[in-house]
Amino acid sequence: MFPPQARQVTRRFKKTPYLLLVPAVVMLLIAMGYPLIWQLWASTMKFGLAQQFGAPPEFVGLANYIAAFTNPTTWGVVIRSLVFCLVNAILTMLIGVGLAQLMNAVGKTIRLVMQIALLLAWATPVVAAVTIWIWLFDWRRGVINYLLNGLGFDFVNHNWLGTNLGLYLVATIIVVWMSVPFVAFSVFAGLTQVSGEVMEAANLDGAGAVRRFTAIILPMIKPVLMIVGLLQIIWDLRVFTQIRMLQDVQMPLDSDLLGTYVYRLGVGSGDFSMASALSIFILLVTIAFSIGYVLQIVKEDS
Amino acid sequence: MTNSSFSLSTRNAVLTRADTRTVPERDTRTVPKSRRRWRLRPVRTVLSLIGILLAVIWVFPVYWMLSSSLLPNVVLTSTRPRFFPWGGSLDNFREVLSSGSFFRALTISLQVTLIAVFFAMLFAFLAAVAISRFKFKGRKSFILAILFIQMLPAEGLFIAQYKMMSTTGLLNTVIGISVLYIAAVIPFTIWMLRGFVAGVPAELEESAQVDGCTSTGAFFRITLPLLAPGLVASGVYAFLQAWNEFTIALVILPREDMRTLPLWLRTFIQASQTRETDWGQVMASSTLVAIPVIIFFLIVQGRLTSGLVAGAVKG
Repeated sequence: MFPPQARQVTRRFKKTPYLLLVPAVVMLLIAMGYPLIWQLWASTMKFGLAQQFGAPPEFVGLANYIAAFTNPTTWGVVIRSLVFCLVNAILTMLIGVGLAQLMNAVGKTIRLVMQIALLLAWATPVVAAVTIWIWLFDWRRGVINYLLNGLGFDFVNHNWLGTNLGLYLVATIIVVWMSVPFVAFSVFAGLTQVSGEVMEAANLDGAGAVRRFTAIILPMIKPVLMIVGLLQIIWDLRVFTQIRMLQDVQMPLDSDLLGTYVYRLGVGSGDFSMASALSIFILLVTIAFSIGYVLQIVKEDS
Repeated sequence: MTNSSFSLSTRNAVLTRADTRTVPERDTRTVPKSRRRWRLRPVRTVLSLIGILLAVIWVFPVYWMLSSSLLPNVVLTSTRPRFFPWGGSLDNFREVLSSGSFFRALTISLQVTLIAVFFAMLFAFLAAVAISRFKFKGRKSFILAILFIQMLPAEGLFIAQYKMMSTTGLLNTVIGISVLYIAAVIPFTIWMLRGFVAGVPAELEESAQVDGCTSTGAFFRITLPLLAPGLVASGVYAFLQAWNEFTIALVILPREDMRTLPLWLRTFIQASQTRETDWGQVMASSTLVAIPVIIFFLIVQGRLTSGLVAGAVKG
């Protein structure tokens, strides 16, 4: 038999960490765990007319998934979302890396001016940002139409949000404007790792600016680029607020992306089985993209 | 002091940079100055001009919001936009603030945000202590789970959350949305606080105990004060997340008198569909929503930029 005191100590030592985790875990289970399980269940059920009059939902297996992915509307939404995501992520990365390079090349004062401008764009809440851009692109009084007219193009009363493509263009500009600062600051921090001596040596050895970028800078900032790029893809796939608010201005065309489509299905028309099936799809795609990011974080952490 | 080693490496980067920069610059002084300058100057001037141009483009929307918010509708609807707010006034702000709907939304936002920040910080702090001060079975899986949960988009769960809240009668309630916000903020707050807690060496606490403190006493006298900056940074981060949130609020708070500030701002855009918009007032409203966020963001920016947290503030 153990002496009572020693036993108590070992037991307390083992229990404490789990007790500390309880509140957080309970919150996550209530707000995310239960909905997730409900969603998995609902995605295999049929909520039809009979269910609206109180009949219990009917188990249909994977029928909702099959129905969702044999439906051309769903495919349209998925493909538009993927294209939108990739275009936005690539543009954000290119402009962000360019701005980081530029910040690295200019003097202190100019760099500070650039950093302040980027920070202000970054700090602006998304709803305020979309509101501002809708005003900038306003078809009658928007300053963008005015400036384009001044440059000699005919943009009098041009309605940017009148077509799907125009709506995506405006959404892209908003997303890129908001996301570039994070990329620029992260890559700039990575660029400062590149030692001036190495660059000088490469310069003396006759390496041109392009060569120095591809052979020295790029390999050194690759880890940062990978993480930031992955995050951009994950974030741009879930874009919701921008699209939703731009749709508020214009009579909705067929402009839904994944997030707004699920919202319309679930909250709009109460089609919970289809909305759940697509939500599960969104979650699976996100997790697939997150694996690389999470493993990288864990690796760097240990 | 930082939340992940990604940020640690960037911080070190800034340090090493300062060291290496001075060395080659001193070396180049042996090269004839005039020749170097002659070669570098035009390129640098062009780059500086491009930098300023891009800075102007990036800051313009924020400037335009402030400028428009000061101008009367007559000026804003004239054919030639006024690029500087000459003759501006605070009338638009007065108009917006006198309508009452702003204060209604502000009250809801404050309630939701304060509840969410308080509980998220408390629960996340306990969990952060567990994973940074204890070794236990399942620790690694918990960390992995937290990182994955943090990446899950609101759009992947909001239909189920909507259904859950409507069956429990919690749609359009502060409690309902607060519960979802607490859970949404917890994973990242745990991760961020974990870094801060790990930054305070356990030896400090132990030596205080050797000097006669109880373990709780040592925690409150030694560890907590050292953690204060980290707690503030994490708290501001959690505040920004909840304050700016749009998607979940849209789903859970459809009723007009339960709108948070982002939803309230959206009503102006919705209204623009059916009637003439007073853009001066809309921009004054945007300014009211954006200014506190921008100020708080700039306060914690140093900590945020250095880590991936920064990106997480994105909407």
